[in-house]
Amino acid sequence: MHQERLPQQFDRAGSGRPGHRPAAAILLSVLFAGLGQLYNRSYLKGLLFLVIQASFLVVFFDFLQLGLWGLYTLGTVPKRDHSVFLLVYGILAVLLLAIALLFYALNIRDARNEAVKLRNGWVRPPMSERLRSAYRQSFPYLLTVPGFLLLIFVVVFPLLFAVSLAFTNYNLYNSPPRTLVDWVGFDNFTQLATMPIWNRSFVGVFSWTLVWTLVSTTLQIGLGLLLALLVNDSRIRFKKLIRTILILPWAVPNFVSIMIFAALFNDQFGAVNRTIVRWFGGSGLPWLTDPFYTKIALIAIQTWLGFPFLFALFTGVLQSISKDWFEAADVDGGTRWQKFRHITLPHVLFATAPLLIIQYTSNFNNFNIIYLFNGGGPAVRGQTAGGTDILISWVYKLTFTNNNYSMAAAISLIIGLIVMTFAFFQFRRSRSFREERNY
Amino acid sequence: MNARLKSSLEVSFIYLVLAAAAVAVFYPLIWAVGLSFNSGTSLYASSMFPKDPSLEHYRWLFASPESHYLTWYKNTMIVSGCTSVLSVIVTSGVAYAFSRFDFVGRKSSLYAFLLLQMFPVMMAMVAIYIFLNLIGLLNTLGGLILIYVGGQIPFNAWLVKGYLDTIPREIDDAAKIDGSGPLRLFVTILLPLITPILAIVALTNFMMPIFDFILPSIILHDADKYTLAVGLYKFVTEKYANNFTVFAAGAILIALPVALIYLFLQRFFISGLAAGGTKG
Repeated sequence: MHQERLPQQFDRAGSGRPGHRPAAAILLSVLFAGLGQLYNRSYLKGLLFLVIQASFLVVFFDFLQLGLWGLYTLGTVPKRDHSVFLLVYGILAVLLLAIALLFYALNIRDARNEAVKLRNGWVRPPMSERLRSAYRQSFPYLLTVPGFLLLIFVVVFPLLFAVSLAFTNYNLYNSPPRTLVDWVGFDNFTQLATMPIWNRSFVGVFSWTLVWTLVSTTLQIGLGLLLALLVNDSRIRFKKLIRTILILPWAVPNFVSIMIFAALFNDQFGAVNRTIVRWFGGSGLPWLTDPFYTKIALIAIQTWLGFPFLFALFTGVLQSISKDWFEAADVDGGTRWQKFRHITLPHVLFATAPLLIIQYTSNFNNFNIIYLFNGGGPAVRGQTAGGTDILISWVYKLTFTNNNYSMAAAISLIIGLIVMTFAFFQFRRSRSFREERNY
Repeated sequence: MNARLKSSLEVSFIYLVLAAAAVAVFYPLIWAVGLSFNSGTSLYASSMFPKDPSLEHYRWLFASPESHYLTWYKNTMIVSGCTSVLSVIVTSGVAYAFSRFDFVGRKSSLYAFLLLQMFPVMMAMVAIYIFLNLIGLLNTLGGLILIYVGGQIPFNAWLVKGYLDTIPREIDDAAKIDGSGPLRLFVTILLPLITPILAIVALTNFMMPIFDFILPSIILHDADKYTLAVGLYKFVTEKYANNFTVFAAGAILIALPVALIYLFLQRFFISGLAAGGTKG
């Protein structure tokens, strides 16, 4: 970015302004934004900064005070102080403060840089020139500000709130405005690990979540790859038609297909029990009332829903593998399996690795299918989690059915950490991240 | 001769597998279509191929004063359209900055985006609810759009940035020499070059509100504010076996256009995703 800045202009004497002290500029802008710029005789900019900081303080001072106090105490008088709103204000105040501090730091840096340049004899270019270069330098910020603000309030703030809830005791029996919520440190996590009602559910749900993720995702990837290879065979005709048919489940809205399946698998009315099982001489299986069969059905349905995307993806990649490789392998007398194992598979996996990882993480949190198919059920006696609940749907139940907000937050924090570490290491190893350019 | 026999056996086996796959794909879909033409609402009495097919459920959706179907359709289109347009504007701006400029916090923001896209929205439901309540956008389509547009940024910014990175910088330099500023360079030269990936961002963000059911079901409370997914879901859950045939009819009317768009654009979609996702 530096190349577009104008070459520094020196005044005629070339001596600069030795009396101009950067330290003073820094000190002044630490005192109040804009003062350093005024010292640098950058009047317009200085005045602008002054006004911005002053108005920030006037507008937000009370809010910041209330927010920070609320974040620390979560309220002191029940019925007057609403702990959850105080927590929200607190987090918003911290975010506001962080944004303000960033601008404050930029202001100090600007004052210092300008002062150093002035001392070294830099002469300020004319106003129009300065405006243009200011525009150029701030351009990337102008581009990103709307996105970042949205992101902060819509994604970062809710996540911070969820994280902080995990360290409180906010639940149905302890909820404002009737009572105050308190910070309880790691109590929720300790309970999750030690109390039998919690840790039995947690272990059960967690292990099913892992099995679910691994089995259903691997099946859909495997089926997608198998079908892509089969259709790609040069002897197969009507390729276009076959591909269109196989992609169909991807094209139908997810929630529609899941609910169709829910009806199909209905124990009494569903076509699976009334028609298909009977063809094979069975008398119907308890698809929605026995956890084992519900799990089988869920995995089958997810495979149905998920394979077309991978099929389409693999088809695209397969067509991009150069024929030369296979010809070389033929010359060497490679078998079909060897060609697949050493040419096709590495090529396909290499090209699609990040997308495959996303498949695993999205199934790990595949709320829709679990919730829409059978509501995580069948219910299990004495547990808040149903027989097929995965972590994320359990969190949903804890939040919206049991109103155990703090425990739900603690579990979702665990989900977040698992997904994050897994994905982060995988991404760092993948090509797209290593090639991220450095300036 | 033996080799030819083996080959044709193989080919027939492949066709057999593909035929089985096709049956598995079609069965549930045809079943739902058949159901929607059954008269009466009982799931038990309905069959895949009704003896006296009727259009009564379709008629009910459009004509009955109790039906909100057209309102839901309209709501969904509003949410989808706005989300799609706003997402493209916001995301392309962010991606352009990431791809072509160095600025304070660039690298760490990129890492942050990568992490943020991992978190399921579910985690933050309660906070989103309280936040929208705070700014008065709860139970409005605007609030829903706001959350969608914000939530898609991390993933799509990476996608578009990856695509932008593949466009040679010599183009930028040439434009700069010709005297165009960063904004004009972006709008007149780079944007046309990245339309394929922007089309994907627009399409996915148009489709997502149609598919999504959990977020609107938390944010929207009144029947006349629902999007299609929530409305149709309520059909089935509120009176289960009673209304499944109506649900099937309503679902088909939404699935059909969506499926057609997808089938029409799928090649385009896949190649763009592969390019943005792996070459980044």
